[in-house]
Amino acid sequence: MNYNVTEKGYYGTFGGAYIPEMLYPNVENLRQNYLKVMAEPDFKAEFDQLLKDYVGRPSPLYFAKRLSEKYNTKVYLKREDLNHTGAHKVNNTIGQILMAKKLGKKRIIAETGAGQHGVATATVCALMGMDCVVYMGEIDIARQAPNVARMKMLGAEVRPALSGSKTLKDATNEAIRDWINNPVDTHYIIGSAIGPHPYPDMVTRFQSVISEEIKWQLKEKEGRENPDYVVACIGGGSNAAGTYYHFLHEEEVGIIAVEAAGKGINSGESAATSALGKEGVIHGCKTLLMQTNDGQITEPYSISAGLDYPGVGPLHAHLYKTGRGEFYSATDDEAMQSGLELTKLEGIIPAIESSHALAIFKHKTFKPDDVVVLSLSGRGDKDLDNYIKYFNL
Amino acid sequence: MNRINKKMQEDKKLLSLYFTAGYPELNNTVKIIEDLEASGIDMIEIGLPFSDPLADGPTIQNSSTIALKNGMTTNLLFEQLKDIRKTVSIPLIVMGYFNPMLQYGVEAFCKKCAEIGIDGLIMPDLPLAVYQDEYEAIFKKYNLKNIFLITPQTSDERIKQIDEASDAFIYMVSSASVTGSKSGFGDEQTAYFKRIASMQLKNPQIVGFGINNNETFTQATEGAKGAIIGSAFIKHLTENGVNTIKEFVQKIR
Repeated sequence: MNYNVTEKGYYGTFGGAYIPEMLYPNVENLRQNYLKVMAEPDFKAEFDQLLKDYVGRPSPLYFAKRLSEKYNTKVYLKREDLNHTGAHKVNNTIGQILMAKKLGKKRIIAETGAGQHGVATATVCALMGMDCVVYMGEIDIARQAPNVARMKMLGAEVRPALSGSKTLKDATNEAIRDWINNPVDTHYIIGSAIGPHPYPDMVTRFQSVISEEIKWQLKEKEGRENPDYVVACIGGGSNAAGTYYHFLHEEEVGIIAVEAAGKGINSGESAATSALGKEGVIHGCKTLLMQTNDGQITEPYSISAGLDYPGVGPLHAHLYKTGRGEFYSATDDEAMQSGLELTKLEGIIPAIESSHALAIFKHKTFKPDDVVVLSLSGRGDKDLDNYIKYFNL
Repeated sequence: MNRINKKMQEDKKLLSLYFTAGYPELNNTVKIIEDLEASGIDMIEIGLPFSDPLADGPTIQNSSTIALKNGMTTNLLFEQLKDIRKTVSIPLIVMGYFNPMLQYGVEAFCKKCAEIGIDGLIMPDLPLAVYQDEYEAIFKKYNLKNIFLITPQTSDERIKQIDEASDAFIYMVSSASVTGSKSGFGDEQTAYFKRIASMQLKNPQIVGFGINNNETFTQATEGAKGAIIGSAFIKHLTENGVNTIKEFVQKIR
């Protein structure tokens, strides 16, 4: 089985580029150039150097001793939360801003849910002196105030998405519309492994630095490159794609995805796409999608703004359909409790997105000698308000 | 012969109107179509509302949101249209996004359209290559014309490919924009209209986006076969209701 993208942009039956003609020249330009540009020595050198000196990579692979003891297995945390800007998102935005420069673009747009991708985009725009507009759902603006303030400080304009559920999917719609209206000078930095081909593959490749590092770090710590399991939370799925990438074809490595069940898979307030979704087309790709029988997209719900998305990247849809990935979902409550547990056991406050991945220990029992690498995709500073409210702190 | 092809042979500039099915009221669909034909409209695009319309501006998106709230569905639209050919003879095109069609089943959708007497489909997010690889044979089996869009950014080479793949008309998006965002045409549009007119395509072109009155209609159809109005008509319906369609059409030509 092949888990990489085909030339036409498909992972099995998922992927492709279902875009209006207005976007065709931009997407086609990107498709024809992204691999070429990524292979250029000066591009690679600049990307690697910025990841090292600006982002602070490699991010540590930390053996979580107390968490391991509690669940009687060996847990390593891949500390993407220690990256500059506080999450894995910056790996991709550094790559894409360099790509945009190579393609001669002058203006950047982005969508954001939790605000982590918006902050990461605003950051690299400040770094490169480029204009930046970030679309964010009105509801997310309210629940992620610190990140909104950060984006503004960084010089980005934050435009509220007022349509639909006023969350991530609507912010994405608005960003796509902006791109349709500004086809020549603008590059759209998509923050997840979703969108028309080549976005899912390009984002995955930029994020694959995560699994690349895990391999050599684990070799140093455990004497072997491959863990027994890699675990990540999935909204659109960019941190997961980056965590899995170098293990996709290593069949002995179990791939585990944790989605947001919200108030429960069958509560009507959920974002557990693999459980609730059907094959459909959203934001330019064919993937698993929460929708009505009539093909209208369902409004998702999660306490985590970063996972509050009705679809999932086409790579993940393929991993689900082929059975290569094990898919679980964690409720708001399970995630919040898992986040608090990590804080108390290890002194690390995780982003609520990452707390969903941590909830895997409530759903699956690992063997004592299993090596489980879990992507701690972001830090919880931005979520403090939510934690305070939830636990009455 | 398909009604669209026949219409394109008429010796006049064509006026086509878009409206969203289920808007402003759920059961306005048939009345709007009949009144449009009675007002002298040449062709109608019936919008099948979608929750996440990427290429639409706020006016049409809002009409879709309301139509969905009103209860519009694919099945209901087909039900409303089942006798439409008893009273209406101009070409009818269904315009929507691909996901609802995919969920209905592409072949089932096409079959239903053919039964009703729909002549063509506009699915902006069903791209040329996917259509040709997977669905062209089905569209042809049911004699449904697939209408492709071109924009000022579309290369000559791709326009030729689209012309080759088309057999009705080409939907010429007037400017880089979503629907309803601009009005009036500047030098850039005029140059684009001329460029396309000079390409001597085998399919006629109908200009859409940015047409809202007699002046823009005249400008748009200097080199093209006709023009499509969407957002301006939806706005008119919102402000004046469904009993004033004739007044709107009279302002255009």
